[in-house]
Amino acid sequence: MTDLRSLRSDFPILSRSINGHPLVYLDSAATTQKPVAVLDAMEAYYRTSNANVHRGAHTLAAEATELYEGARSKVARFIGADPAQTVFTRGTTTAINHIAYGWGLDRLKQGDRILVTIAEHHANIVPWQIIARHTGAELVYLELTDDYTVDIGELESVIDDRIKIVSFSGMSNVTGALGPIDVLSQAARSVDALVVLDAAQLVPHQPVDVNQIDVDFLAFSSHKMLGPTGIGAMWGKPERLEEMEPTEGGGEMINIVERHTSTWAPVPHKFEAGTPPIAEAVGFGAAVDYLDAIGMDVIAAHERDLTTYALEKLSEIPDLRVYGPKDATKRGGAVSFELADIHAHDIATILDQDGIAVRAGHHCARPLMKYLGVPATARASFYLYNVPEEVDALAEGLLKARQIFGLS
Amino acid sequence: MSQLDELYREVILDHYRNPRKRGTLNGAHVHAEGNNPSCGDEFSIDVAIEDGKITDAAMQGQGCSISQASGSMMMDAIIGKSLAEVSDLTTKFKTMMTIEEGENPVDPDRPGSVLGDLEALQGVRKFPVRIKCADLAWATLSDALEQAEKAS
Repeated sequence: MTDLRSLRSDFPILSRSINGHPLVYLDSAATTQKPVAVLDAMEAYYRTSNANVHRGAHTLAAEATELYEGARSKVARFIGADPAQTVFTRGTTTAINHIAYGWGLDRLKQGDRILVTIAEHHANIVPWQIIARHTGAELVYLELTDDYTVDIGELESVIDDRIKIVSFSGMSNVTGALGPIDVLSQAARSVDALVVLDAAQLVPHQPVDVNQIDVDFLAFSSHKMLGPTGIGAMWGKPERLEEMEPTEGGGEMINIVERHTSTWAPVPHKFEAGTPPIAEAVGFGAAVDYLDAIGMDVIAAHERDLTTYALEKLSEIPDLRVYGPKDATKRGGAVSFELADIHAHDIATILDQDGIAVRAGHHCARPLMKYLGVPATARASFYLYNVPEEVDALAEGLLKARQIFGLS
Repeated sequence: MSQLDELYREVILDHYRNPRKRGTLNGAHVHAEGNNPSCGDEFSIDVAIEDGKITDAAMQGQGCSISQASGSMMMDAIIGKSLAEVSDLTTKFKTMMTIEEGENPVDPDRPGSVLGDLEALQGVRKFPVRIKCADLAWATLSDALEQAEKAS
């Protein structure tokens, strides 16, 4: 297993104890912990360079602008993109809303269809529901195969001229399954549909290069990749960003404002109304620097090993059912499971008493939960700072949960 | 007793695994549904009321042991009671769930002492994020009773 153990000391929170036990943080799919490098970068910005960006002629304003735009360049480079096509947003959710409103609202009409998968996060369902309601378009779903990957066998019967947008996740936050990016984008191209990739779980965990995939938009969040909350990125193909309307108006996003009309600033600023989260951008930049220094291929390999180990350990626990691919090459490190008749919240509470943090609930994917026929699942998710002993602790905690519920 | 043992008392697990009055009612009744969107717990209730008294009730739902056991215990506690008694019980239950830790919850003058099986839920107070689980059934009941009041 790739040993990244020495990195743990970069994350102050990992030395905390919870309920008298060392923290075992297995909830990185919800949000990740932050290394000192990110915390320091944000603090240094506030201590030495704080000012508003893109305005004012003073030195601090210039420094802040340089830091903010420098962060954009780092984040863009991280996915092989041009900074001019990399928009800072509040996160993945905001990015998808930008696309749904800014691109979809004017272009969709009655009879059109938006294709998603049943494994989507609410962030990639609800904006489309709203746009469908406004335009009369219809939201249609691809379902899953027995191994919890998207059923691409259904594509042929679903893909036709009515499909105008295909939006799907690169990696499920529930099942961990990798999305069939190439297959879905090719299918979308065959009917000239827009391709949107929800990369909230993908970009933090695997190398992603926008030049190697054929999507129109890609969205991800800083806080799921060691950076602060409140910021994320939306990358788009230049022509798509040009034709897309801004969904928020205000300062920063304009060129000239008259009494009754305005013209827009060039992309990416057209989509960044108001004072942006500058310190957060600086932190986001520091986070991608940190990930880059380790190497995304190294991180992906580490997580694959850890996930393989976890799937093996979990398979030894009686009455435990994993909802996700068993093959570690088809998935990332978010492992959802159910244990006998013990509800996920009860599992999470019992694990928390031993300092183990897992997520319990519907994971913002209620349609998927209904599809799987479960009210909720527990989810352990891994990142570069997790070690095999933490998987062992999880397994022990689950055996304890069985005992408490009277299952030997 | 460890905090976990206090939370998962036998009586709670019994109600969780063998919920009382699971199902729906035929005949005249009010119906209410509640859920905790953050965790996905769902609970629905049918309540038949005659002459100011709950003559029958039935529940359906899915969720954690605390939410479902709380609902099942509530069924036991409310059927056959007058609306005034149920209102009193609801207040006492809510009071029990908000008593500060360290106060003696089994003191006979404490509201907890008249709650029967429901007293077992006081272990939940040590797990603040779980209190909403215990409350769900009661909030749904209140909705149902409000509807009944409006309809009468």
